[in-house]
Amino acid sequence: MRHEHIISAKQLSRADIEEVLDHAAEIAADPEAYADRHAGKLLGLLFFEPSTRTKMSFTAAIKRLGGDIVDMGPVEYSSVKKGESLADTVRVVEGYADALVMRHPSEGSAQMASEFVDVPLLNGGDGAGQHPTQTLLDLYTIRENAGLDDLTIGIMGDLKYGRTVHSLAHALTNFDVHQHFISPESLQLPRSVRYDLHEEGATIREHTALEEVLSSLDVLYVTRIQEERFPDENEYREVAGEYQIDAGTLEAASDDLTVMHPLPRVDEIDHDVDDTEYATFFEQAHNGVPVRMALLDLLLEGQ
Amino acid sequence: MSDNQKLRVSKIHNGTVIDHIAGGQALNVLAILGIDGTDGEPLSIVMNVPSDRLGTKDIVKIEGRELSEAEVDVLSLIAPAATINIIRDYDVVEKHRVSRPETVVGVLECPNQHCITTENEPIESRFEVLDEGVRCVYCDTIIREDLAAHILAG
Ligand SMILES: [Zn+2]
Repeated sequence: MRHEHIISAKQLSRADIEEVLDHAAEIAADPEAYADRHAGKLLGLLFFEPSTRTKMSFTAAIKRLGGDIVDMGPVEYSSVKKGESLADTVRVVEGYADALVMRHPSEGSAQMASEFVDVPLLNGGDGAGQHPTQTLLDLYTIRENAGLDDLTIGIMGDLKYGRTVHSLAHALTNFDVHQHFISPESLQLPRSVRYDLHEEGATIREHTALEEVLSSLDVLYVTRIQEERFPDENEYREVAGEYQIDAGTLEAASDDLTVMHPLPRVDEIDHDVDDTEYATFFEQAHNGVPVRMALLDLLLEGQ
Repeated sequence: MSDNQKLRVSKIHNGTVIDHIAGGQALNVLAILGIDGTDGEPLSIVMNVPSDRLGTKDIVKIEGRELSEAEVDVLSLIAPAATINIIRDYDVVEKHRVSRPETVVGVLECPNQHCITTENEPIESRFEVLDEGVRCVYCDTIIREDLAAHILAG
């Protein structure tokens, strides 16, 4: 890995992605072999908004590599609350840790923070922007279940604000993948993501109904449609129901379909899907640990 | 050229003449350069005069100031056809077309209100220049229409 920081899926080439995924597979096969790999190393956690899963997953990853965390704790107890700039906060915390993970509500915050620090900084989600480590674990899961070339993937839900979608769609342009985007018209891909996909030569196919493509899909990636995105609740109710799937919906799907979701889900995937062969979302969540171990290992090695 | 037009484009002593600005864009050109006349420099603005190349064009003359390379770059965003004449002692000593820069720093405000550059951080806005429009280096937001409306207040 030649990268110092992991800010956006856009910076990752196919070779970068394969390096991380191959390394994650090695780690998953023999985690014990890595147990003391980074003994004494500290990962700084800067979570400016709550994210239990991403935070726990990074914590598990560094601890399984023999390291530990230093945690800024909730924002309401920190100097941020007193008006300290993000640039100052990260410059202080870089002195405490060998690498940093940051989650922040502002888009571009990870890019900015990386300009102020010398230790590796990993973007754990910046507003509606990017979430590249989620993308790597998504890609790992897709590769394990369906391979990463000659693949047809449907991405459904809130495509406008969903940062996991933006990162994933871009990363997939490195592979031979047909991407179908399924959403209400008001939640279609933003202009900047369309621009990137176009620049990468990807053909975008957009749909408002899952039935149009379901039978052709190898992977269906579902995200949550958030009620707060809609100006009024009725408008939300009208569309939300159309993007919920259950075991009945999936009868029209190929037997090999892999159903993914970055979690947490609310009601967009019915629990009756959990016991089907399609359900891969818990496996996907668990893959976060070996993938983040791989990434941390590569970044800390490079130090 | 009629006397009337001569008067409007009369020579300046030392400074810059920006010609071939698209009709109606002169005030935006001044805004992008951070020039509002309050520093006391003499300014002439001629708007919407007939132009073979542009249909109508604006001309801006700034006495006592030579534009920097960076300023000229930025101009290209809203006045891609502009020509810059640097005047010393009533003579045109340099004449060049604007060229599009790869990035513009500290000039435009990101319209995304969740963008980190709109917060109180010690950074300047930074936009990558695309074939059409510009793109925030931080949050990826693309601005295509009405760039001048996003010029940061000086
Ligand atoms: Zn921005």
